[in-house]
Amino acid sequence: MDSYQFIVEDLTKFYNGKKVLDIPHLTIKRGLIHGVIGPNGSGKTTLLTILSFLVQPSSGRIIFNGLEVSSQLNDELALRREIAVVLQNPFLFNTTVEKNVAYGLKVRGMNKNVQKEKVSECLDLVGLAGFERRRARELSGGEAQRVAIARGIALNPEVLFLDEPATNVDNIHVEALERIIGELNHKYGTTVILTTHDVNQTYRIADDVIVLFEGEIKKIVSKDAFRSPL
Amino acid sequence: MDYITGGIFRACGLIFFLDREVLGIALLSLRVSAIATIFASLVGIPLGFIVGTGTFWGKRVVITIFNTLMAFPTVVVGLLLYAFISRQGPLGFLGLLFTPWAMVIGQFILSAPLIVALTISASQGIDPRVRLTALSLGANRFQVAQAVLSEARFALISAVIAGFGRVITEVGCAFMVGGNIRGYTRTMTTAIAMETAKGDFAFALALGFLLLTIAFLVNIFLHWLQGRRG
Repeated sequence: MDSYQFIVEDLTKFYNGKKVLDIPHLTIKRGLIHGVIGPNGSGKTTLLTILSFLVQPSSGRIIFNGLEVSSQLNDELALRREIAVVLQNPFLFNTTVEKNVAYGLKVRGMNKNVQKEKVSECLDLVGLAGFERRRARELSGGEAQRVAIARGIALNPEVLFLDEPATNVDNIHVEALERIIGELNHKYGTTVILTTHDVNQTYRIADDVIVLFEGEIKKIVSKDAFRSPL
Repeated sequence: MDYITGGIFRACGLIFFLDREVLGIALLSLRVSAIATIFASLVGIPLGFIVGTGTFWGKRVVITIFNTLMAFPTVVVGLLLYAFISRQGPLGFLGLLFTPWAMVIGQFILSAPLIVALTISASQGIDPRVRLTALSLGANRFQVAQAVLSEARFALISAVIAGFGRVITEVGCAFMVGGNIRGYTRTMTTAIAMETAKGDFAFALALGFLLLTIAFLVNIFLHWLQGRRG
């Protein structure tokens, strides 16, 4: 199998005539944790939403799993079902935590018992065991963020996108979150692409770091460069 | 003042002892208005959703038309419908005039624009993250629409309540196309108007109380449904 999850070529994105993303070439290796860092407005979320097939680029080519993704997506749904996205400031449906976490499984037509099992397993993973019956809208910001993460990892996706996953999460749970990301990547070989402001966090967990500034890639640092043995 | 208290006592008696005529009138009113509201909801909610969430040329004009139609006078609807279904009218061959179905059609015309307009407003007020979240979790287009409608459910049930409220209380259209035929097309509102004109204030008052009670009970039921779905 192709060792690249994504190959991006000549990718641009314009909003209201302004170029917000310009990436001549980028490769994302399968089964690694990729951190995308950069200041506000550097294009991190735009890159993430384009790679997760939620937003169309203005121009350029995206090759996913060795196949070119055309702008006229014929099988957009099948592609979207291979990935999971946890958006920054995630939205929780106005229902219970259980139904929120089970949503992606339900739309895939998964058996109800499997859904229940998976929900409790994932809630346990994010430190919210027993939260199933709680109303999602009554959770704190950090709890809501963790429910959104549980909802994403419940899908066992091939690629997991996390947009600023540590926002609103306290220090104790940031550690837990980093552990979960590592486990998910290690256990299932999930490719993780996460955006963050936190440079330290990125260097702690990512295998390589993509530095974005004003829509352009300024540097890609591989793990070998910052995780060399002392 | 005596005739008011007398009317109230008689009303209680008629309701308590389930007077056959009152019961028949109440059941017909409920049946006609419920059928009209169900059809208006089946057409109005999807149409309102499409108009509210879609992007097309002339959208503002369409919204303005539906907003204007919310205030369509009941007698005008009755008059126009009468013109169409009377013997000389283009739909006269259907033999609908002075039947309960004519009243259903009239009440459908009255409540559908209200339900459409309120659904447009409800779907426009929904957080845009609902759609993006459903998409990011692998929902297809139908499932995305379901998620959006589900988030708007409180407003949608209010739209249905408003639609039902408009038709159960209208008198003009039911009178014109129903004909107020005893035991066949006599509804609570047409009976109230007629009995008041005849001077049988107590009977009219009894029907008035019953109408209020039914409207109240239907609202309680729909609000209970709202809470249950929440």
